[in-house]
Amino acid sequence: MYPFTYHRPDSVSAAAKLAGDAEAKVMAGGMTLLPTMKQRLASPGAIVDLNGVSGLSGVTVAGGKVTIGAMTRHADVHTSAELRKAIPALADLAGWIGDPMVRHRGTIGGSVANNDPAADYPAACMALGATIVTDRREIAAEDFFTGLFDTALEQGELITKIVFPVPQKAAYQKFRNPASRYAIVGVFVAQTSAGVRVAVTGAGESGVFRVKSFEDALSKDFSAKAIEAIKLPTDGLNSDIHADAVYRAHLINVMARRAVDAAK
Amino acid sequence: MATVSMSVNGKLVSRDIDPRTLLVDFLREHLRLTGTHVGCDTTQCGCCTVHVDGKAMKSCTLLAIGLEGAQITTIEGLAKGQELHPMQAAFREHHGLQCGFCTPGMIMAAVDMVNRKGNHLDDQTIREELEGNICRCTGYHNIVKAIHSGAEAMGAAK
Ligand SMILES: Cc1cc2nc3c(=O)[nH]c(=O)nc-3n(C[C@H](O)[C@H](O)[C@H](O)COP(=O)(O)OP(=O)(O)OC[C@H]3O[C@@H](n4cnc5c(N)ncnc54)[C@H](O)[C@@H]3O)c2cc1C
Ligand code: FES
Ligand code: FES
Repeated sequence: MYPFTYHRPDSVSAAAKLAGDAEAKVMAGGMTLLPTMKQRLASPGAIVDLNGVSGLSGVTVAGGKVTIGAMTRHADVHTSAELRKAIPALADLAGWIGDPMVRHRGTIGGSVANNDPAADYPAACMALGATIVTDRREIAAEDFFTGLFDTALEQGELITKIVFPVPQKAAYQKFRNPASRYAIVGVFVAQTSAGVRVAVTGAGESGVFRVKSFEDALSKDFSAKAIEAIKLPTDGLNSDIHADAVYRAHLINVMARRAVDAAK
Repeated sequence: MATVSMSVNGKLVSRDIDPRTLLVDFLREHLRLTGTHVGCDTTQCGCCTVHVDGKAMKSCTLLAIGLEGAQITTIEGLAKGQELHPMQAAFREHHGLQCGFCTPGMIMAAVDMVNRKGNHLDDQTIREELEGNICRCTGYHNIVKAIHSGAEAMGAAK
């Protein structure tokens, strides 16, 4: 790790000010940032630690919406009784991230800001039509995830919370890489009053994406059978040592069907 | 350099450190508590697991400077004098280790597992919960047995 200056602000405005410096990086759980710095793939001149900022964690359910503070740890999302009642699929998803120690420290805000193409939360944000709230604006998930490890965030812009509309039914199914625990393919299916939304993580070359053909079929008939025969094109899908594009295309269909069956 | 103070195994410690200092290096190099191991240094293996404010975390992926005022428990903090913690005793009893390199992390993760999931753990729960702890010797079988029995013993000791 290269040297850096360490800051521990106690308010969002102070943190945003410090993070406005082009050399600075904010740190939430550090579960991605610190390993990247150890490998010297990142070398920020300053670290702005968000762990001293109050008011950024917690899960609240009101008016058909679930609001999760950016600094809420994966373990706390997983065990929130209120969330389990409102969107059980999201509580389940959080319990499949990494391992217990990573879940005690890693945060939803850090995961969403990082937009790892194999991360789980981006699929939930896209399928549920979440809104990413920052210190300066509100961004629809659709406009937020802009590509591999890329988001609409500007330098120094901080995610403060994420708002998820409560769906009628939803489920997330993840085919894990047994070594890294990230998704080889993860499919989040949500049935909402405006139709069905299907988002896929782990498989796309430029990160999370929606599957229109599945959505149309499932909006007409919400059953696994409705999508069974739909073949997905392999363009834009990842091929690596774990799974090639043909296999991933097949897995997306399998995981989507399992998600439809599991939706509640 | 900056000063950080925290409680480690019930004792207040304060040191001047480089902000880059990882918690595991703080424990091993600054406090000479070498029971916490570094197996991978990439957040995978769990050998470095300690409790931070009562929750298991990987100390190779935490900055010590960020833990001002925290309560840390390491493997050295579990026994009461000469008397082993019930989970430590169970690992000895069930031969839950071979080289012992992963063991401090396994035991800290196991105690955390009991704190969250209770004293009656089935094998599947134990195996799932050990997702972040890697052992290259034992094949896990005796570790699972040890945790099962250590969890029961922790309940009986209450
Ligand atoms: C062993 C292991 C297994 C894992 N497995 C999975 C998995 O299965 N699925 C999965 O989805 N993830 C997995 N992860 C990643 C984990 O979920 C991380 O917690 C997460 O990606 C990053 O969250 P963090 O809070 O640790 O963020 P950090 O590492 O602190 O930050 C990540 C990035 O986000 C930025 N950032 C953080 N918070 C904010 C904010 N509020 N506003 C703006 N920018 C911000 C930082 O500047 C940095 O660029 C795994 C990690 C490890 C170490
Ligand atoms: S040394 Fe920390 S997880 Fe391996
Ligand atoms: S006993 Fe050797 S690594 Fe587990």
